[in-house]
Amino acid sequence: MIKFENLTRYYGDVCAVDHVSFEVKKGEILGFLGPNGAGKTTTYRILTGYLQATSGTIKVKDYDIHEDQLEIKKLIGYLPESAPIYHDMLVYDYLNYIADIRGVPEADKLPHIKGLADLCSLNEVMHKTVNQLSKGYRQRVGIAHALMGNPEILVLDEPTVGLDPNQIVDTREIIKRIGKEKTIIFSTHILSEAAATCDRFVIINKGKLAADLTIDQLKELTKDRSFEELFRNLTRGDNQ
Amino acid sequence: MRNKTTENVKHIFKKEFKSYFVSPIAYIVISIFLLIMGWLFFSTFFLNDQASLVGFFAILPPAFAFIIPAVTMRLFSEEMNVGTYELLLTLPVTFRDIIVGKFLAAVGFVAVMLAPTLVYAITVTFMGSLDWGPVLGSYLGALLLGAAFSAIGLLASAMTRNQVVAFIIGMAICVCLALLTDFLLFFLPDSLVGFFQFFSAKYHFADIAKGVIDSRNILYFLSVIFIALYGANLIMQEKK
Repeated sequence: MIKFENLTRYYGDVCAVDHVSFEVKKGEILGFLGPNGAGKTTTYRILTGYLQATSGTIKVKDYDIHEDQLEIKKLIGYLPESAPIYHDMLVYDYLNYIADIRGVPEADKLPHIKGLADLCSLNEVMHKTVNQLSKGYRQRVGIAHALMGNPEILVLDEPTVGLDPNQIVDTREIIKRIGKEKTIIFSTHILSEAAATCDRFVIINKGKLAADLTIDQLKELTKDRSFEELFRNLTRGDNQ
Repeated sequence: MRNKTTENVKHIFKKEFKSYFVSPIAYIVISIFLLIMGWLFFSTFFLNDQASLVGFFAILPPAFAFIIPAVTMRLFSEEMNVGTYELLLTLPVTFRDIIVGKFLAAVGFVAVMLAPTLVYAITVTFMGSLDWGPVLGSYLGALLLGAAFSAIGLLASAMTRNQVVAFIIGMAICVCLALLTDFLLFFLPDSLVGFFQFFSAKYHFADIAKGVIDSRNILYFLSVIFIALYGANLIMQEKK
């Protein structure tokens, strides 16, 4: 479904993503893990068309990010880190706007928005402006934004950051529920959360691929130690 | 495909145009514009003893040069500052859709700002017979001038995430175009002034304001609009 091929991105002299290659299969929930500054967000931004790759490419289905960016954007729903949303817009107006842009037909628009509001528990805030919302609600508006128009692929950059424990569980439930029919890439710093939701794990560190594991391989590796320990070994190895 | 593009431009236009009027800034800007224009125009109007709007349109280019960059400064700068720029760029729209949508919203705002000044024309008809030919020509010219300055303001806004800087850059360019001929008269020989005044927005605007609609003048404004919007497109491309 999504194929990263030697993806590389420089910011000036700094290499943020360094020849990263891996593949995400249709219907998989992929945990994309790594310490802060490892290049996760940069990878997402290249995949979603916000940034350009310095070299290498990503293929989504048969589309290439260098040639068919618009087609790829149509396939992907993206929740950026900290979910920036127009703060002077009403939640309903915002979702309506995204529905228009995503080409949701006029007749399906209202039921679709209602369905997403139910799924993300946004019904009480539909007529508030975004800057009146708490962090948790804002994050959920972001998730509704990503789900708008039923994209086949979801890219969620730390969807549970800043949420309270109840909301984290709710969000995880949402991801699991929608993950049954969609391909999802998401990142988190809560490893137990990743272990509980994902089918596969890709760990990157300093822009390089550190590990690419299936759930079974992970179970094998974490038999005699915790996931946290494994993560530390993989991503701090060169410091010690 | 063509249809989809115009659809997207329409959605972005609608959203941007609406967002002007949800904040108080729009009303403040319009009020200040009308107050200053009304005061400057009518304080000399009775001295001239003529039922015409020539005085009004003569002060329009410098007034626009200050007001319009204030209207357009947030178009991109705010999005970059708040982070919604990332959302915007990962939606399935092209740069062209975004730029044209935002540009048309700014032009729409200028039209709204200009509309109440038609009252001046009606007031003047009570005092003498107003020649409507030049007045309508002038309004067309004013819209073209407003559109050209909006495009420049949009370009300035695409350059920086700081709205104040965007305002100053936009204003500097617009003031140059508005007052070019007035500056140059002081220190250039007449033969060169003739050449340089082709770059002056005020010169072309004054031509249209006479009521003679010459394709050269219209072409001038369209070129300024095209160059500025194309420049904004290049800057967005470069930022990736």
